[in-house]
Amino acid sequence: MSKQTITLNVNGESLSAEAEPRELLIHVLREQLKITGPHIGCETSHCGACTVEMDGMSVKSCTMFAIQAQGKEITTIEGLGTPDKLHVLQESFKEHHGLQCGFCTPGMITRAHRLLEENPNPTEEDVRFGIAGNLCRCTGYQNIVKAVLAAADELNQPESVA
Amino acid sequence: MITGNFEYHQPGSVPEAVALLSDLGDEARVIAGGHSLIPTMKLRLAMPEHLIDLQGISELKNIAVSGSDVRIGAMTTQAELITSEQLLKAAPIIRETALQIADPQVRYMGTIGGNVANGDPGNDMPALMQCLDATFVLQGPDGERLVQAREFYEAAYFTARDDLEILTEVRFSACAGGFSYGKQKRKIGDYATAAAAVLLTKSADGSCTHASVALTNLADTPLYCADASALLQSKGVNDASIAEAVESAMEQIEPVDDNRGPAEFKRHAAAIILTRTIQEAWSRA
Ligand SMILES: Cc1cc2nc3c(=O)[nH]c(=O)nc-3n(C[C@H](O)[C@H](O)[C@H](O)COP(=O)(O)OP(=O)(O)OC[C@H]3O[C@@H](n4cnc5c(N)ncnc54)[C@H](O)[C@@H]3O)c2cc1C
Ligand code: FES
Ligand code: FES
Repeated sequence: MSKQTITLNVNGESLSAEAEPRELLIHVLREQLKITGPHIGCETSHCGACTVEMDGMSVKSCTMFAIQAQGKEITTIEGLGTPDKLHVLQESFKEHHGLQCGFCTPGMITRAHRLLEENPNPTEEDVRFGIAGNLCRCTGYQNIVKAVLAAADELNQPESVA
Repeated sequence: MITGNFEYHQPGSVPEAVALLSDLGDEARVIAGGHSLIPTMKLRLAMPEHLIDLQGISELKNIAVSGSDVRIGAMTTQAELITSEQLLKAAPIIRETALQIADPQVRYMGTIGGNVANGDPGNDMPALMQCLDATFVLQGPDGERLVQAREFYEAAYFTARDDLEILTEVRFSACAGGFSYGKQKRKIGDYATAAAAVLLTKSADGSCTHASVALTNLADTPLYCADASALLQSKGVNDASIAEAVESAMEQIEPVDDNRGPAEFKRHAAAIILTRTIQEAWSRA
């Protein structure tokens, strides 16, 4: 099947790639657009390492063809903060030991970001239920949950700007 | 995990999608949220040559409640079902069920149409639709056709939908009264080991004026339990009638050994889940 031009709006930038319809969004992001924040953990829709934000939804980019995302707004971990200016969630994961190997972290934080957009004052249970699509084999989740709750507090402070 | 090759089409209306499906024939499949189809394509259990993406058809994405009439467009996602306030009023069992499907990411993409059309006995919406006595609207080259959810499922992945038809809408009547969707699963994001949908209406004198019971993943189709429903309605809801209804429902199930456990275990789990689900629905009635 011939390649087609796919244009995605990733982290505020309009980017194009030539891809066959069967190419998954995660592959186009990582291999063609060199956006390697989202990871491939399972490639079978179970682990959430490939989570990106698309038009206000958290999606597993291994379970979507890039062509389905044509013209959509996509945010990856690269769009949330920079090494010089970490996003509150990144800072909080660092502070509360919300990561060990870091493999799940881009997906985890991208998902947590959307969760807090929809529910700025989550309970611990809300956080656990809200990140249930993201697996972590290192931390046992405890510190991830702490980090998300702490970030919510931080973001709710009047002076903070996300 | 690369799928087979296919050509991608994105029609803008139902007639356009139906025409495409007719022209392309057997080699074409529609794709909704893709969260059952893409995994199947990765395993090459499905290798369609054409994918007809329904995402651009805005008329398929809506929830309309007017009086007791509820209509949900096929492309409405689980996440949209969960956040709909009008649906929460009209049929709270929808939100309760949708919240037990998969995980947040899957629920943003997975649609009600895909869930009911798929024909996988593990899907949760089909039994719920049978419990609600829903009607499915199918559009094909010969026009529109209505099929009852209770008549729709023939075997695993075989339904009354013709290959050339698109399921466009789900219709049912608003349901007041007690409701519960109970699901035994190994973890969040898993399909049911056993699940039950129950609706019970209680009158002022405590009798049961309406009962409907259906089961998920305990046979190769969802199961509407007509006898169990009639039993609860005629005898009222109490420990003895619940036990009798559960026993009757258990005669209908045909669980098989798989990675969720041996059939024997599933029978055990199913009886417990159904008992609890009836009890919960009655406590809310
Ligand atoms: C990790 C994971 C866990 C899951 N857990 C659960 C669970 O616990 N319970 C559950 O119920 N589901 C579960 N699912 C499945 C999920 O809910 C799917 O989204 C759903 O089964 C299919 O909906 P879809 O919109 O993604 O359809 P698709 O995958 O796009 O389509 C599924 C099938 O239906 C056909 N189809 C789709 N829409 C239509 C239409 N309008 N007309 C005619 N045919 C159509 C397609 O051709 C295809 O054959 C899970 C999925 C994943 C990845
Ligand atoms: S890589 Fe997408 S869910 Fe695991
Ligand atoms: S930190 Fe290693 S997988 Fe989560």
